[in-house]
Amino acid sequence: MPKAEEVKYTKTHEWLHLAGNEGTVGLSEHAQKEMGDIVFVELPKPGRKLEKDKPCAVVESVKSAFDIYSPLNGEVVAVNEAVSGDPALINQSPLEGGWLFKVKADNPAEAGALMDFAAYGDFLKQNAH
Amino acid sequence: MICVSSIDNRLSIERSEPGRRGLKIKNPLRGKACLKPELRRKDRPKLPELSEFDVIRHFTRLSRLNFSVDTHFYPLGSCTMKYNPRFNEEAAALEGFANLHPLAHDDCSQGTLELLHDLGSRLNELLGLDAITLQPAAGAHSEFTGLLTAKAYFESRKEERSEIIVPDSAHGTNPATASMMGFSTVNLASRPDGRLDLENLKKHLGPKTAVLMMTVPNTLGIFETQIEEICRAAHEAGALVYMDGANLNALIGMVKPGELGIDMMHLNFHKTFSTPHGGGGPGAGAIVCSKALAPFLPVPTVRKEGGRFVSDFGDGRSIGKVKSFFGNTGVLVRAYAYMLAHSAKEFGEIARCAIINANYVRSLLKDLYPSYSKEYCMHECVLTPGPDLAAKGLKTLDIAKGLLDRGFHAPTVYFPLIVHEAIMIEPTETESKETLDAFAAAMKEIHALGVSDPQALKDSPHTMPVKRLDEVQAARQPNLRW
Amino acid sequence: MYVPHTEKDKEEMLKAIGASSFEELVKQVPSRFLWPKFDLPQESLDESQAAARLSELSKKNCRPLSFLGAGAYERYSPAAVKAITSRTEFLTAYTPYQPEASQGTLQTIYEFQSTVCALYGMDCANASMYDGASSFAEAVRATVRVTGRKKIVYAAGVHPQYMDTLRTYFAHSPEYAYVKVPMKDGVMDKAALPALLEGAACLAVQTPNFLGLIEDLDGVADAARKAGALLVAAADPVSLGVLKTPGEYGADFAVGEGQSLGLPLAYGGPYLGLFSCKKEHVRQMPGRICGMTKDKDGKRGFVLTLQAREQHIRRDKAASNICSNEALCALAATVYTALLGPEGMRELAEANMGAAAHAAERLSAIKGCSLKFKGPFFNEFVLSVPGSAAAMREKALGQGVDIGLPLAPLYPELGETLLVCATEARTEADIARLEKAVKEAI
Repeated sequence: MPKAEEVKYTKTHEWLHLAGNEGTVGLSEHAQKEMGDIVFVELPKPGRKLEKDKPCAVVESVKSAFDIYSPLNGEVVAVNEAVSGDPALINQSPLEGGWLFKVKADNPAEAGALMDFAAYGDFLKQNAH
Repeated sequence: MICVSSIDNRLSIERSEPGRRGLKIKNPLRGKACLKPELRRKDRPKLPELSEFDVIRHFTRLSRLNFSVDTHFYPLGSCTMKYNPRFNEEAAALEGFANLHPLAHDDCSQGTLELLHDLGSRLNELLGLDAITLQPAAGAHSEFTGLLTAKAYFESRKEERSEIIVPDSAHGTNPATASMMGFSTVNLASRPDGRLDLENLKKHLGPKTAVLMMTVPNTLGIFETQIEEICRAAHEAGALVYMDGANLNALIGMVKPGELGIDMMHLNFHKTFSTPHGGGGPGAGAIVCSKALAPFLPVPTVRKEGGRFVSDFGDGRSIGKVKSFFGNTGVLVRAYAYMLAHSAKEFGEIARCAIINANYVRSLLKDLYPSYSKEYCMHECVLTPGPDLAAKGLKTLDIAKGLLDRGFHAPTVYFPLIVHEAIMIEPTETESKETLDAFAAAMKEIHALGVSDPQALKDSPHTMPVKRLDEVQAARQPNLRW
Repeated sequence: MYVPHTEKDKEEMLKAIGASSFEELVKQVPSRFLWPKFDLPQESLDESQAAARLSELSKKNCRPLSFLGAGAYERYSPAAVKAITSRTEFLTAYTPYQPEASQGTLQTIYEFQSTVCALYGMDCANASMYDGASSFAEAVRATVRVTGRKKIVYAAGVHPQYMDTLRTYFAHSPEYAYVKVPMKDGVMDKAALPALLEGAACLAVQTPNFLGLIEDLDGVADAARKAGALLVAAADPVSLGVLKTPGEYGADFAVGEGQSLGLPLAYGGPYLGLFSCKKEHVRQMPGRICGMTKDKDGKRGFVLTLQAREQHIRRDKAASNICSNEALCALAATVYTALLGPEGMRELAEANMGAAAHAAERLSAIKGCSLKFKGPFFNEFVLSVPGSAAAMREKALGQGVDIGLPLAPLYPELGETLLVCATEARTEADIARLEKAVKEAI
């Protein structure tokens, strides 16, 4: 499983780990902390076509809901059934047991535009209030 | 409130004894019933078996676990928790009103129809608008009715308008209603003082704009000083202006919303017109609007024809029904009783005292709980925890729970969303100066405790029937029934 | 007026605020808008005057012996129900935003949800909706969200006002298609279903249907499922004291009008929307939901839960814009069903069936009158009458009896008919009066 430094990040706080043309998507460590205890996850169905930057999943805490935006164009090839049953996995290990779904990228090069760990860190600093 | 140790929090079903009976139905016609076995339910419903006394004791005990307006000051911002006159209840319980079937012949409903007609005419005058429907069941339901009416209006003019502009300080129901209706929502950032930014608004207004929805005064308790210009700009773009009337208590009898230039607004009878909230409902709503929109209101409305009152089903341009039958008439009878108890001048006194009360609380607390807005407020004020408490890691929620321990219901918290850690206080006009002084004293005591022993505040409430509840478990493993 | 302020209070408060006058506080309101003239009575009424006015108005409503039903039912409301709902700790509380100070309301909602589940045989229920019509419309909306389809198939016997409300809910999008399942002998023609259900979001039915007839829904859920559609069932909760439950015939969503459970007629509201569903649809439930949990010390307590679906958080992405429930009406229904218990609910349902059966027997024996349909009915039935039903109704009203609702405006194909309802509140003597009134009105 990837380390925080090895994955790419979106401005909407998803992480993406690309292996060939298959990407794994999850919620960033920062975002899970901000949300607090996650109580519910709604994942896309395998086979669904995803559009880059369009909402495709929902993560809920007690009093907030957070849309997950697809970092790439592609098709859902697998979802993490374990987090549906136990959403706390996202809080415990957002990059391991807490991954959300896998997407087969139409064009893996799209990932090039995402932020790396350092750039995401800067992005968070800029947007801190 | 009863003391914690004596609480027996069993469910009614856990008190059940097989074979125990409360109410019996002995109508001898029962014997005439005959039903094929295949149409019968197989199991008995899992309902408690209790004596009538068991039931009375169970629910009386439950009632004592509640804070309510009658028992506690309840300064819930935007909810207008004013005194609910007992007279209203007696009026609604009058046989002639309570037992009238909604499909009764108009000849049998003259009293209720006259009441609805008179209530509607008086409201039109009080609000400076031309037409009204009393059918919506609540505030959000009114918004839905209002937007649907607007939609029908534009369709009749063959205009395709798909956008609703909503300021970011608005109640969540505004964007939710807009999207339910298939409109797209344009969220407008407020100015730092919480008001709508006229120049920015103008940039967003256009041929696609259907309706500008705004709350007046807004959810920070501030009046939109430029409202005339705002309405003019919207009208120049061909759009309508909808006023969310949740905060009408600030204006009633003092300002006619119709004169501000708005096209339509809603009322919440359970706020401004003193009908009880009942633990979350029933309420009743209304849409009041200009002549141009009147033909599109839901049917039926009430019309006077000679000396007689009749249900009017319109000329076919109506949006139809938003609710079965007429509306929450039982609530409207209460509102009418309240209406009779006030002249226009006395309504003005409601606005006056509501505004004085909110500013009084704001001034008593300003040193410890800084107000978000630097100017006077209207009927409610939005405060924040302030640096001393923030330094101790204390949140608005802790203050809310501390108030419960001191015999006050908490204000509205974490709303409006544009204010970080918002504490929104609406005292209403029916609270006396002494109550507000006592509330301010409690807020000061909470501040002192927060500074000296922050953990004690974080652990509050200490005196309620239960301590802070595990909402995470409730949402992760929902247990919604016995 | 209910304002406590004396002139002295106001002066002192303004002084504490630091304002020289009230006008200073409202400087933000352009002065030309302040204190307009109102064309309203100069004087308000004192309480005794207001009481006289309201009493006079209430007496202008005449009180015939009524056999009207059609979705709102005259029933006896027990004293214990009124005693509890008039406790002001319930009456004057608001939505339980602070659960520690609202356990009474919250536990009541939990018990209400449980009661609805028990009656309807469903997995979960919400804290209630505005009325039966809004519950029905919200359930159909939920099936549209679940299936992504926009074709709504409904039985011809669904309450016309439920359908009106549904159409209003969807008025913004013309792409919704409504397909009516025709009636055969007053009930849904099940044979027509397979052809109609293709591509549908749901099949919406009501039993007893608007005409009072009991629909046989065995196999209907399967037919829907085969087409990928969900089943929405509306049912009168009182009928479920004896009738097969939506859970038993496999409904995905079950709704109903809770006015039947101890609430006054009040000319149409406030009523009580009952809403329940299968477990798999729990997050499609609109409105408020209460859940049981524990406090910090491990003690049982109740909170509002699954709130992230709601408008105050999701705003334009919420499942519904609804933010209130009819809590006080739900309390009445919960007390009413607790008083009756499972045996009482059965007695109540049977008394309704018996009273209606007796009325049907008496009326159909009148020359020129007959039962329009042969099928089993619950507490109302369609009576064919010779001549104009509307004229007969007016004539009988003159004798102090409302003999029922003329159906021609709603179902012209039924000819001159009345929908006649008799609940447990009607006695043998009442029904004798009805018989006499109908005879004389012919």
